[in-house]
Amino acid sequence: MFAITAEPIVLEQLVRAVRTNACGAVVAFAGVVRETSPDDPRSVRRIFYEAYPALALTQMREIAAAAQAAFGPLEIAIAHRTGLLELGDTSIAIAVAAPHRGPAFDACEYAIDEIKARLAVWKQEVFADGDAAWRANAAPGHPPAPAAEAAPST
Amino acid sequence: MRVRVLAFARLRELLGFGQRDVEIAAEATVDALWSQLVPAAVPAAALRASTRFARNGTLVDGSAPLFDGDEIALMPPVGGG
Repeated sequence: MFAITAEPIVLEQLVRAVRTNACGAVVAFAGVVRETSPDDPRSVRRIFYEAYPALALTQMREIAAAAQAAFGPLEIAIAHRTGLLELGDTSIAIAVAAPHRGPAFDACEYAIDEIKARLAVWKQEVFADGDAAWRANAAPGHPPAPAAEAAPST
Repeated sequence: MRVRVLAFARLRELLGFGQRDVEIAAEATVDALWSQLVPAAVPAAALRASTRFARNGTLVDGSAPLFDGDEIALMPPVGGG
């Protein structure tokens, strides 16, 4: 399940989408709208998200495939919101199911790092005073693709 | 030929459109499209170095050729998550 959606994200739906009888661990992550900005001392009241779904959905599938290549057999679901979100709303959700908890945690962290580095989604913080500012994530200094790190050992 | 241009976030605001069909010379590249849409004097020109491009949903660089009917996305640095 990969989604760019203007509707509220229900984390439990992603969890249900990834559960299988082969998986002993499910890790679920939600990113939510926060009132503090790392870039601005003013209080954030809302965040507007905009996406290019044609690219972002492809990127979600690529990220999931790379996670599977790196961390072994697992199921991943990813959903990202668009539109104007209020404090506490879920902007991004990821669920990973794997046979064991280690790969599930690792794959979930990998997925959110990759999403923040490259997913075709943009964010505009809206402040209490009505002003708004587009914010880029930290420049992609993320680790190399795990597919390379996970080359089969000889 | 004609291509469809999508502009996102700050670029959308600066260029004044989120989607526009643009006439451009045959055999033009993404760079040529940028130069046609964003003259050096306009504020959006300062975003060129940080802008990434996609053609029909796939990331490309500025040297990529354009074809009639292409959808070209102009994308500032991302902020998802």
